[in-house]
Amino acid sequence: MTQHRTSARLPRRLKDLVLIGHGMVGQRFLEALTGQPGSAAWRITVLAEEPRPAYDRVHLTSWFSGTGVEELSLAPPGFLTEHGIDLRLADPAAAFDRAGQTVTTASGDVLHYDALVLATGSYPFVPPVPGRDAAGCHVYRTIEDLEAIRADAGRAGIGVVVGGGLLGLEAAGALMALGLETHVVEFAPRLMALQVDEGGGQLLRRKIEDLGVHVHTGAGTQAILTSEDGRVRGMGLSDGRELPAGLVVFSAGVRPRDQLARESGLPVGERGGIVVDERCRTNDPHVYAIGECALAADGKVYGLVAPGYAMAATAARSLAGEYRDEDAFTGADTSTKLKLLGVDVASFGDAHGATDGALDVLYSDSRSGVYKKLVIGRDGQLLGGVLVGDTESYGLLRPLAIGGKPLQTAPEQLVLPAGLGPAGPVALPDEAVVCSCHNVSQGQIRAAVREQGCTTVPAVKKCTSAGTGCGSCVKLLGSIVTEELEASGVSVDTNLCEHFAHTRAELYEIVRATGITSFSALIDGHGSGEGCDVCKPVVASILAGADNGHILDGEQAALQDTNDHFLANLQRNGSYSVVPRIPGGEITPYGLITIGEIARDFGLYTKITGGQRIDLLGAGVDQLPAIWRRLVDAGFESGHAYGKSLRTVKSCVGETWCRYGVQDSVGLAIELELRYRGLRSPHKLKSAVSGCARECAEAQGKDFGIIATSAGWNLYVGGNGGMTPRHADLLAADLDRETLIRSIDRFLMFYIRTADRLERTSVWLDRVEGGLEHVRAVVMDDSLGICDELDLQMERHIGGYRDEWAAVLDDPERLRRFASFVNAPGTPDPAVAFMPERGQIRPARPGENEQNHAPALVAGARLEVRTA
Amino acid sequence: MSTLVEIFDGTAWTPACDYRDLIPGRGVAVLSESGEQVAVFRDRAGALYAVDNRDPFSGAYVISRGILGSRGDAPTVASPMYKQVFDLRDGRCLDEDTAPDGTPAELRVWPVRAGAAAASQLVGAAVREP
Repeated sequence: MTQHRTSARLPRRLKDLVLIGHGMVGQRFLEALTGQPGSAAWRITVLAEEPRPAYDRVHLTSWFSGTGVEELSLAPPGFLTEHGIDLRLADPAAAFDRAGQTVTTASGDVLHYDALVLATGSYPFVPPVPGRDAAGCHVYRTIEDLEAIRADAGRAGIGVVVGGGLLGLEAAGALMALGLETHVVEFAPRLMALQVDEGGGQLLRRKIEDLGVHVHTGAGTQAILTSEDGRVRGMGLSDGRELPAGLVVFSAGVRPRDQLARESGLPVGERGGIVVDERCRTNDPHVYAIGECALAADGKVYGLVAPGYAMAATAARSLAGEYRDEDAFTGADTSTKLKLLGVDVASFGDAHGATDGALDVLYSDSRSGVYKKLVIGRDGQLLGGVLVGDTESYGLLRPLAIGGKPLQTAPEQLVLPAGLGPAGPVALPDEAVVCSCHNVSQGQIRAAVREQGCTTVPAVKKCTSAGTGCGSCVKLLGSIVTEELEASGVSVDTNLCEHFAHTRAELYEIVRATGITSFSALIDGHGSGEGCDVCKPVVASILAGADNGHILDGEQAALQDTNDHFLANLQRNGSYSVVPRIPGGEITPYGLITIGEIARDFGLYTKITGGQRIDLLGAGVDQLPAIWRRLVDAGFESGHAYGKSLRTVKSCVGETWCRYGVQDSVGLAIELELRYRGLRSPHKLKSAVSGCARECAEAQGKDFGIIATSAGWNLYVGGNGGMTPRHADLLAADLDRETLIRSIDRFLMFYIRTADRLERTSVWLDRVEGGLEHVRAVVMDDSLGICDELDLQMERHIGGYRDEWAAVLDDPERLRRFASFVNAPGTPDPAVAFMPERGQIRPARPGENEQNHAPALVAGARLEVRTA
Repeated sequence: MSTLVEIFDGTAWTPACDYRDLIPGRGVAVLSESGEQVAVFRDRAGALYAVDNRDPFSGAYVISRGILGSRGDAPTVASPMYKQVFDLRDGRCLDEDTAPDGTPAELRVWPVRAGAAAASQLVGAAVREP
């Protein structure tokens, strides 16, 4: 069906713009164009080859670690509708006719255009070796490619990536994550040859090999070997070796997709790329080309997103009639900063010292895995550099290098590790580009704070787009925003809520300094109003840490969120779940049987949690004490699954049973879990202990995680799962047990003391000034001189611990609160109803309630227990 | 001396509990004579409030387990389920106008008193004498 674009209903003066390609650059072009007043003149149609709107290809690999397609999506909800953009998914352009100004789509539609924008990107280059089309051969470009790789990975065993560049190493990381033995084959003599130099490449190689990736440099691919069923079975290398492989990913570079332009007679470069001028216009004034498909005015094809974004902005301004000379695209910064397989790599400016007379300043320490090179020009200006292993200074150095400014600090101070050289603050000129993805200068960021009232990094991001591309400048962004706020005398609103003009850390200090022990005294003396569900639990948590007796005593009872108030977890239908502590995940058969019997007798739903415990769900408020009675009698304690407090310390079986274990991970996990049980904190805390580097307890995904080494214990901090997972950072290595425990004590207490409300250790670690280094100095070297105090606080916590369930059972006053109805204590809540599912109960859904007023009796003699 | 707290369902006063059993800043659930669930609260200053126990956002009967507080001048309770805040004087939700099922997000306000004689001092803003 052909739909003609000039429908009679629309005003005639609208011109037709057709965008071919809805990738990152295409989407960026649409945003830039619709942001211009002149865009109203255009009616926009987008032809997309893929079945989904634009997504973030830069972070494609995160798909393997669970980032959903929606999260990767770049098209904000409603964006297309709001601007009346007609996006046609899975209907790519098949050809265009410049004389008639029409585009024909793959489905046969013919669209008229007044302006045509080509944003067709590039395609992965697959070297013309025999066997390259065999089953098991892949490229790494789209979500469909990743789906295919994952589908193949299960049976592959060994995976080989052809190409040791940026994308190749990304792909290798993905294969590792999929559990494959992973090889990288690179034709050049080193990895990432485009970005890093010989020294950086060597260090990068060592680090990547340490992770278990096999690297073969200076090796070409001669043939893909296949088995009888046509599947990949290996690879023949140019040096005569054969690598067995069940899966091959080609990542040997990209080529501009300029086929449509070629066919329409537009000039293309010798090695591909649609020739465009400084306005990104082809030699046909109606046709533009942007991004990786274009050969820019400086004669280069850019394979990075930031230059593509700049071209998108140029073309958009040109088409909107807003083009100024400074919008000309005459070349771009190709600096990059990445974390590849957990290794930080950055290169910026003239990284290879190609400028005439350029000199190097080098710092290399292969023990700590750091390599830094700065390229310095004749007159002392910074031209570029390479950073491997520590890219902390990238945010600062890149703008300096791109600006070509003479350095005001001795360059050696910029590469020496913190503490060795008096680095001091390096002043950045206002015109220095901080965010190269969106070309935002420091001056613009400062102006956003000063003139547009942005007081936070998210506000500045929204206002200037800075930091919304690759994100490598966000840290620098934060310090510029803070600096500018301080300079303008603006106080940053970090108030907890309308009742307290303080942060959590400030309230903590007030409580510590004044010795206040009640919420009333705190709010009457230091706050206003009656409090709320934000500040009350925070104060409850602070008071709990200040040695204040049972959390349900006196006024503290009124501060607790429902979970803490009932010492159980509120579920969706108003029932609660109960999680007994199972330290380290170790439990006797008797304990297991007892929990099973209790669950059976009370008709509870049971599930093994992610933290090596057993969750008992479906308990009514009035049943809780009877359930705890049985659990406490059998020796169980509260697992504090309800509180912002220590949850679990997971463990693997360790050296006691495991062939590979080198330390007693179970014993340590139990000791730690008992040590920190009941510790109230700004956010829930999780931990794990792994008995060897195989990391079966997933300790690096925890707030504090411990991994056994043959020499002791490595302590990792600041990891978490959840919505924004983060691997923990190594705080200290090869600790003996005593030092380890003391370090954790101090780390936890320092966090509890200084973190914001609901601030995870990971966020806290990124926020505290000086980051991990600072925390390490405080915890390991007592740089603030507070460690005695932190130790004492932890001792008090450990000494004062008492099981909260047992304490309730011992007190008739507290027990009285556990009734569904104050005037009918024996009556369970009739609204809490269950239905059977897979042999257990689940909450009844709306509609099921009516047919089933009585609690469903699936297992156990529920009523009999009630009368007991 | 005990002081009985009672709620009124339109025809009769239902005894709830002794006033001293109410923890300032917390609530209890009361089953009315007609079988309806009511959340009764005592605030820090001693005033009483009674609203529906059913949380319109989750459909669970949990309002009595919420945290009391204030927003501006309004005395409030926050639902423990998804944390919407309700004005205890008129039962209106201060965060959202409608519940997910499209009904207005408000809690019915129940008359509440503590001892007929003391009612005028102890009773919250919502009280109407029968």
